[in-house]
Amino acid sequence: MLILALDTAAPATSVALHDGSAVLAAVSHAGAMSHGELLGPAIVQVLATAGADRRDLTDVTVGVGPGPFTGLRVGIVTARTLAVSLRARLHGVCSLDVVAAQAVSDGVVDEAFVVATDARRKEVYWAEYTPSGERVGDADVARPADLAQRLPGTMPVLGRGADLYADVLNRVAGPADPDAAVLASMVAAGSALEIGTEPLYLRRPDATPAAQRKRASA
Amino acid sequence: MSNAAPLVLGIESSCDETGVGIVRGTELLANAVASSVEEHVRFGGVVPEVASRAHLEAFVPMLEKAQADAGVSVADVDAIAVTSGPGLTGALLVGIAAAKALAIAYDKPLYGINHLVAHVCVDRLEHGELPEPTAALLVSGGHTNLLLVDDVTSSVRMLGETIDDAAGEAFDKVARLLGLPYPGGPQIDRAARDGDPTAIAFPRGLTSGRDMEKHRYDFSFSGLKSAVARHVEHEERMGREISVPDVAASFQDAVCDVLSAKTVRACLDHGAKHLVLGGGVAANQRLRHFVLERASEAGIEVRIPPPVLCTDNGAMVAALGSALVAKGVAPSSLDLPADSSMPVTQIVA
Repeated sequence: MLILALDTAAPATSVALHDGSAVLAAVSHAGAMSHGELLGPAIVQVLATAGADRRDLTDVTVGVGPGPFTGLRVGIVTARTLAVSLRARLHGVCSLDVVAAQAVSDGVVDEAFVVATDARRKEVYWAEYTPSGERVGDADVARPADLAQRLPGTMPVLGRGADLYADVLNRVAGPADPDAAVLASMVAAGSALEIGTEPLYLRRPDATPAAQRKRASA
Repeated sequence: MSNAAPLVLGIESSCDETGVGIVRGTELLANAVASSVEEHVRFGGVVPEVASRAHLEAFVPMLEKAQADAGVSVADVDAIAVTSGPGLTGALLVGIAAAKALAIAYDKPLYGINHLVAHVCVDRLEHGELPEPTAALLVSGGHTNLLLVDDVTSSVRMLGETIDDAAGEAFDKVARLLGLPYPGGPQIDRAARDGDPTAIAFPRGLTSGRDMEKHRYDFSFSGLKSAVARHVEHEERMGREISVPDVAASFQDAVCDVLSAKTVRACLDHGAKHLVLGGGVAANQRLRHFVLERASEAGIEVRIPPPVLCTDNGAMVAALGSALVAKGVAPSSLDLPADSSMPVTQIVA
């Protein structure tokens, strides 16, 4: 088993290679954006570091968001194209699940919790998890104040969104972004909830249908 | 070592077409294109985010279709080429990321190429090697460029371009003024057939004596669009019914008159005996008529690729990629970025 994991749902570009029992190599460019430029070289780098041949990849897994659209698409089209080209299995996983899994394995939570990431425009992407890291319901997007109102005041919130809006949310320290090494481990262990590789945009494109006609003069 | 007819897979995603083409030298093997144009109709123009979402869904199906149509696997190609600019950044990035994934999966060289130069190079698939120098007029919803091509792999100059709206954009805007649906080009072309092109004297942008000094090969269509709007509003105020065919025909002639006159002028000024027409507006009947007539008077050969190769497609990207590989041009690096305003002088990124 040779698993390549990618996540581009956060500002970070995260790539890891896993052989089914351990992470062989991982590269993460934290907060760098520029997924389009960083991802390809990062894939080549993890393969080279591990001394692995791309043709031996059996599985490709990708975080499908939610996250900023442009970066998300870079990761997903890369994963789909690699999988179809190398005849590898393809696994799509909610990126918030990856943060949740890491929080549980790091032992930073021992009760039900929320993962919140940065959705820009003063909003967060979020989902609720059981103490063991299983997602409750679907991921959603909300203003931090609205999210805080919905949640029991004691429920811990972690992730980059919690770090950003610690003034409103009940922030606890924990992993900020999805880590591809964790994603790879989830797929290796068979614990990932697979949801296909349709991106979780959670927002419609910003566009309004055309007005009938624009006037040239006032 | 040299390969006269390299086999190249080309990817295009700079606007609203997702294209994957396969070319061997000047031979077209596959040209799979998916368009999201229908999804943009209700917005009256291309919405970048809508286009980018469509690229993500269309890419793998187009990749598989192109390989099936050509009877060729990506494993067999000499290189992967992809449009790296100019175009919509988010849209370009889908094609670029996919191209990189193919380059990694099959261990192939990657060429990030210029979309505008590809529009010229695609003519090789229809009419064979490009004579040098060749002038090119590229007109679409996103571009209006007049190029001089000394060598399609190494030397392309921008002679002129629009200083405001692209010609195709002007067609879309005027169509909307006349109550015709998007995209406006074919609608105006059709409506104009029953109209009198001399009915209304619309302005010819940047053709006055002074403009011909400063903007000899540049175009402007924004003033023309406003003139059409003022005409329509004036007629309405007067309580007169607008003749859509007459307005369409008069507007269309104003656009095509300037495009063809400046293009032929540029050919004569630069000693270009050949002219390639490209972009979606190259399908416009009136533009073809004007260009063919004026070029023929000036002794210039006009080369117009078939419509499917004039609009955005992956085969044009593959055609340029193949020319570059044949010339031994070095490939791009794997950190190739999208360049929304890639200059035409940069043929490979």
